[in-house]
Amino acid sequence: MRIDIRKTYKLYIGGAFPRSESGRTYEVKDAKSNFIANPAQASRKDLRDAVTAARGALGGWSSATAFNRSQILYRIAEMMEARSDEFVEEIALLEGVSRVAAKKQVNQAIDTWVWYCGWCDKISTVAGSTNPISGPFYNFTVPESLGVVGIFPAQKSALLGLVQAIAPVIAGGNTAVVVASQKFPLCAVTLSEALATSDLPGGVVNILTGITSELAPWMGAHMDVDAIDATGLSKELDKEVRVSGADNLKRIHKFSSSDTPQRMLAFMEYKTVWHPIGI
Amino acid sequence: MTFEYSPAPESTAIVDISAQYGLFINGKFVDAKGSKTFNTINPATEKVLSKIAHAQASDVDKAVAAARTAYTKVWSKMAPQERGKYLFRIARIMQERAREFAVLETMDNGKPIRETRDIDIPLAAAHFFYHAGWADKLKYAGAGDNPRPHGVVGQIIPWNFPLLMLAWKIAPALATGNTVVLKPAETTPLTALLFAEVCQQAGLPAGVVNIVTGDGATGSALVNHPDIDKIAFTGSTGVGKGIARAIAGTGKSATLELGGKGANIVFDDSPIDQTVEGIVSGIFFNQGHVCCAGSRLLVQENVHEELIEKLKRRISQIRVGDPLDKNTDLGAINSAAQLARIKEISSSGDTEGAQRWSPECTLPEKGFWYPPTIFTGVTQANRIAQEEIFGPVLSVLTFRTPQEAIDKANNTPYGLSAGVWTEKGSRILWAAKQLKAGVIWANTFNKFDPASPFGGYKESGWGREGGRHGLAAYLKGGEK
Repeated sequence: MRIDIRKTYKLYIGGAFPRSESGRTYEVKDAKSNFIANPAQASRKDLRDAVTAARGALGGWSSATAFNRSQILYRIAEMMEARSDEFVEEIALLEGVSRVAAKKQVNQAIDTWVWYCGWCDKISTVAGSTNPISGPFYNFTVPESLGVVGIFPAQKSALLGLVQAIAPVIAGGNTAVVVASQKFPLCAVTLSEALATSDLPGGVVNILTGITSELAPWMGAHMDVDAIDATGLSKELDKEVRVSGADNLKRIHKFSSSDTPQRMLAFMEYKTVWHPIGI
Repeated sequence: MTFEYSPAPESTAIVDISAQYGLFINGKFVDAKGSKTFNTINPATEKVLSKIAHAQASDVDKAVAAARTAYTKVWSKMAPQERGKYLFRIARIMQERAREFAVLETMDNGKPIRETRDIDIPLAAAHFFYHAGWADKLKYAGAGDNPRPHGVVGQIIPWNFPLLMLAWKIAPALATGNTVVLKPAETTPLTALLFAEVCQQAGLPAGVVNIVTGDGATGSALVNHPDIDKIAFTGSTGVGKGIARAIAGTGKSATLELGGKGANIVFDDSPIDQTVEGIVSGIFFNQGHVCCAGSRLLVQENVHEELIEKLKRRISQIRVGDPLDKNTDLGAINSAAQLARIKEISSSGDTEGAQRWSPECTLPEKGFWYPPTIFTGVTQANRIAQEEIFGPVLSVLTFRTPQEAIDKANNTPYGLSAGVWTEKGSRILWAAKQLKAGVIWANTFNKFDPASPFGGYKESGWGREGGRHGLAAYLKGGEK
């Protein structure tokens, strides 16, 4: 019998796969409480490194053409399709669901990328406007990327919640620092391996695994994080990040529905430009 | 050369200010608990205009209860088109009584009659007219498939554009089906109270609009009231952050329209005379009491000398004095407290090594006044380049390359407005894209319109007001 080669589940920061600088890991178990893996337990320093990477990648990603971003999101779907079996395996193990149910989740996650891929070069058309001013001015409004977004995806979903949170954020031209579901972190690491082979520039998505209650307050207080998707935070942590997030007026949202343009627009800013009309 | 103008004061006969005003709750004027009052004065003369009821927490309770009842029983059940008709009525009455509003606003605020008459009041009425038409078209507003009002909205507005800010708050809230409790600024309550009378004349159902006058404690009671669903605030970034903390974990949503330190960028190919006019309106409009003021002038180095010379010549023509005089350009500073703040930050410009210049001008003896002022030789680290002065004080910095202009413009925690002056179209669009600000004025400045979304990036706030995008802030399903 061949002994299989297990994967080391590492962080994804700036396009690289480091272990936590703290040297810490934590134990992840399957639905039957059997040991599966020791993913990295990210530290405050790892989170700060991830924010630095996200900030560094923002200029390039936010100014890439919408068509270019769209193609890269499609490429992510392609790479996930190829790793479909691995995701199914991980979901079935972690969530304790059937392979059929796991496969369904994987398909939905892949289709979510395709859906947002199509939005990249349409959101400005749909959400922007030209505004009829009472005077000789040309005036238009366009949605723009917001900046660095901290993401706490739904805790109870191994893969779908993660993709539903990341896709709208990066489709809108933002960069992200993701804290994976604490109990179900493995798909997040596997997703980062798909992202790394998708022409997605390093640093656009950074993924941390670890203890949510430890990482959330650091994210909330980080002055270089512009917004937070707090969907996966408990009531207490949600309140805590909103209080500390007020120091730089972070845009903090929690979502109950997915796959709506509102979820993209929540992490975009409207810019309005005026110019006189005359001879 | 100076031109002597004869005084041309607007008559105050058109306004009829009561000696005392109550709170406007459930369609009626009522006393505050314990009959507490405070005075509102004319900042140009320091004369007391009226005694105003000071709402206590229990008064806020009553106002919120009235708004809740009106929401549940009347406003949320009304056909949207009928709701819109009330807003049209309000707009029309405001137009009919426009001059009365303008004179009253000038007396209570200190801003020139030319501005209240030509800008504040017409724009406020236009805001109601614009939003009236949205009331029955919300499903087309891009705020999701099922847009619904929040319920009762608590609104807190500043003293710099009292009636206009009221319109920015109340018009979209009502059009989207919410009811409101609004607190005007402590120093400028009079036009809001006159607006209450307009609501009565329009036959607006009782409790749909409630107005509670008071100070920060009144505002805080409103923000922390458990039956408020949403807060809309315009004011300082400091208070805005306090509101964000106060509502954390409560489920209340908020729109925040906060401070700014707008960069006004002048490239060397700009049309210089037009630019000088834009710089002047960018910083001296409304005594510089404007959150989106172009208070940081960034001038390309090779035109700095010429521009400053022309700017000084133009500023020397600004007429400072009686706000009711139709020739006045720069009126009174709104309050003693604001004047002290302007003096304090400006004096840091002197101590930090910038060069101050003001034209010769005689300021009236009574009232609160500050001359138009520019500081040259300002560096990015200076307080006058970082902090919002909210007065007629311009900080001038220079740059060499377009990228340097953008970097300096964006070097602030604020992100409300920015200006770009150049004849080159491609450069305008390039700069507009790079600037981290919600409103970009290219070859113009300080222009506002109900159809144009307004609001800031970064620490200048949350959300937009005006246009289709401003509606989303008052609708569930379109939160942003």
